[in-house]
Amino acid sequence: MHPAYSVIAFTTASGAGYGLLTLLAVFAALGLLPADRWFGFTAFGLAFALVVGGLLSSMFHLGHPERAWRALSQWRSSWLSREGLAAVATFVPTGVFAVVWVVFGRNGGAAAAIGLLGALCCVATVYCTAMIYASLKTIKAWCNGWTLPGYLAYAAMTGALLLNALVHLWGFDRRAAVGALALVSVAVAALVKDRYWRLIDAEPSVSTAETATGLGGLGKVTLLEAPHTEENYLMAEMGFKIARRHATKLRRFVLIVGAAVPFALTAAALAVGGGAAATALVLLAAIAGGAGVVVERWLLFAEAKHVVTLYYGAGTA
Amino acid sequence: MTDLPASPPRRQLGLVIDLDICVGCHACAVTCKEWNSGGHSAPLTDHDPYGAHPTGVWFNRVHAFEVGDGDGNSRTVHFPRSCLHCQDAPCVTVCPTGASYKREEDGIVLVNADTCIGCKLCSWACPYGAREYDQDAGVMKKCTLCVDRIYNDTLPPTSRVPACVSTCPVGARHFGDLGDPDSDVSRLVAARDGFALMPEQDCKPVNRYLPPRPRRAVAEAPALAAPADPEEDGGVLARWVDRILSR
Repeated sequence: MHPAYSVIAFTTASGAGYGLLTLLAVFAALGLLPADRWFGFTAFGLAFALVVGGLLSSMFHLGHPERAWRALSQWRSSWLSREGLAAVATFVPTGVFAVVWVVFGRNGGAAAAIGLLGALCCVATVYCTAMIYASLKTIKAWCNGWTLPGYLAYAAMTGALLLNALVHLWGFDRRAAVGALALVSVAVAALVKDRYWRLIDAEPSVSTAETATGLGGLGKVTLLEAPHTEENYLMAEMGFKIARRHATKLRRFVLIVGAAVPFALTAAALAVGGGAAATALVLLAAIAGGAGVVVERWLLFAEAKHVVTLYYGAGTA
Repeated sequence: MTDLPASPPRRQLGLVIDLDICVGCHACAVTCKEWNSGGHSAPLTDHDPYGAHPTGVWFNRVHAFEVGDGDGNSRTVHFPRSCLHCQDAPCVTVCPTGASYKREEDGIVLVNADTCIGCKLCSWACPYGAREYDQDAGVMKKCTLCVDRIYNDTLPPTSRVPACVSTCPVGARHFGDLGDPDSDVSRLVAARDGFALMPEQDCKPVNRYLPPRPRRAVAEAPALAAPADPEEDGGVLARWVDRILSR
């Protein structure tokens, strides 16, 4: 599948934003985050900038963004519609939580409860985003049990790395707890990704050129001549192929820059404890994690094959 | 609505394409492009049509496949591909706005260009590549089964079939109600063992393809008469008798 930058930007940015909002609520509810107003302003500002920026980016992917409101209507059947509704709904509790924290300086008790409701909505939104991909039978690299955990794990990881950077910048007492969670989230994301890659590498193809043409009974089916000499929408959108050796290099990048490096930096920061050195380490960890997730999402598209390519020369998809 | 019709459509209109007869002339593809340059889906945008990298929206494409194991039994099969107007069309259920819908009265799957937002998810959901994005219009377009032709009273009745069906010079395309087991197309499908494409995708396509008929077995080279052996001629008398008797 052609990796559309607007969709990659949307899923990674909004994933990080929702992850950050979720963890702000969880750690506040656990009493581990002081209700510092400037911290709140920066944290919520960053989170909402990521979410809104991501959503706007995905709207520019549309042919008619001015009609995007119509996308909220078919939630009965469409995961994309459900995602839109969930995203809109999420703004309510998270917005209230943000206002209560930043304006009134409170993040415990009732505020925390609203925050946790917001966290649930954030998780639901990421869930719906992942299901858009996981529900497409035409793309077997997405239609499996590891796609959804991948989306959730990377949202949690990027959110945790951002939160860790923020609590270090503010020098909060309980930053070690956030650092520990960040470590776990990086490890989990790497593990989920590894399982995902093992699955898609091993999965046998159900759809083949023979089932696509129905001519398997006559023998092997190969494309003699494409229906057109020039490219068309289908091939531009779904004909993207990445060479195995390039994919291998990029997977290594994800595991190194997107996992090993942030893990090591976060662990080093925990060991150092605090101060400018630790802050620098966790900021680098957040940047590395961000680079890793962008490449991970790019690969998610690049390694996905659509069955329509069976009509254009692919033997299996 | 992007829920599929609550009850199965009264009629399931679709196409039957005969892979035994199709010669790969692309007339159906060209006629479809022409017909849809006016009316419901107009215009079908082309980009850089006379330049170095032309590209554009087409609803019908004719592929050519080589089928066989290369042992003398291989054959070329020309393969027109267009929307199969599936019963469980995934393009309908994934649409977030309701622009993609399946008609209850005849099962035709259409796009409402006034409400489509061009998110392209329907094209991702379609296994057959039936839907294309029109860059200029910003909406998705697809085979309409010539809905603006089959019900068109200003056309003579014999022309009220999809453009691709009426134009096929060899009669490889048929149109009718595949939900009615007694219709001509249904009988044809039953007689020729017509099949659906990629049934494992669970779309329950309506269109059917008729398989190429089995080839005649490659005949043995005709046995040549043994050449006359001049030694065993029988002589002049035998030749003269032969000539007399052969008159």
